[in-house]
Amino acid sequence: MIYVNGEPTELRPGAKLAQALALLSLSVEARGIAVAIDGEVLPRERWEQTALDDGARVEVVAAIQGG
Amino acid sequence: MSIEALSIAGRELPSRLILGSGGFASHELLSEAIAASGCELVTVALRRVDPGAQGSILDAIESAGASVLPNTAGCRTAPEAVRTARLAREALATEWVKLEVIGDEETLLPDGVELLRAAEQLVAEGFVVLPYCSDDPVLARRLQDVGAAAVMPLGAPIGSGMGIRNPYSLTLIRRAVSVPVILDAGLGTASDAALAIELGCDGVMSASAISRAHDPVAMAAAMRAAVQAGALARAAGRIPRRTYALPSSPESGMAELAEASARS
Repeated sequence: MIYVNGEPTELRPGAKLAQALALLSLSVEARGIAVAIDGEVLPRERWEQTALDDGARVEVVAAIQGG
Repeated sequence: MSIEALSIAGRELPSRLILGSGGFASHELLSEAIAASGCELVTVALRRVDPGAQGSILDAIESAGASVLPNTAGCRTAPEAVRTARLAREALATEWVKLEVIGDEETLLPDGVELLRAAEQLVAEGFVVLPYCSDDPVLARRLQDVGAAAVMPLGAPIGSGMGIRNPYSLTLIRRAVSVPVILDAGLGTASDAALAIELGCDGVMSASAISRAHDPVAMAAAMRAAVQAGALARAAGRIPRRTYALPSSPESGMAELAEASARS
């Protein structure tokens, strides 16, 4: 199982990060977002080639009003 | 001292006011408030992407001519705050972070121990760290010692609108550190912002006092004028406090006007 922003998905192990982003209507080109996998930030230059392992917890964040 | 400008980590900011973007009813209102406030830095928080969100807050801030200052609001531990700051750097392409580590649910007061740990780590990673801290001069100095670019002591709990509860602490913080002191949290209205600058703060951060005012755009303009008034007053120098009156009109040369009955 692969989780995206806390939700279980139907992505298979080995799925590309781009597929996880597509579930949020985003692409690897999207600006203003950041990605962490299992708590560690994944630099943008590695988004394209990154594949997701079974159990991966993908977090995709953006700026919102606050502070 | 410059009346308008504030310098942090070598960056000249055209305003002493930093605006928090929380609580505005719409992005349009936020943009109008930014314009009225004249501020260069506007804080944002980081949260999970909401696919249904309308419009981009980054567009709202940038179209008003300001830059984003990400915060770590909502973090309760140093590791969590450090990871959030890294995400912010990646998402927003800025090394600047308003560091918040909250230690109490009711008061949202900062956790000084976790804050200091997180600040030290983030400075080591090249961040420009602006920590939201309690009004403790010793902690402020410790934060400066680990490389914080400024300190942001509170006036009162976030969103409380209680103003500056301990002016004395702020004057001690001003003396304890050489980095900029930016009053953060607790402001209720413009006079609180003026007082902060008069007490020696270099800047003021305001969110709720503006965004939750009856007229946020008007309050943004009021805050802008208040920090300018505070800076002018501080440069001008206040008079000393006295126990008794000091006449402001000469006492000599009074005309003899007492009634005749009073003289006999």
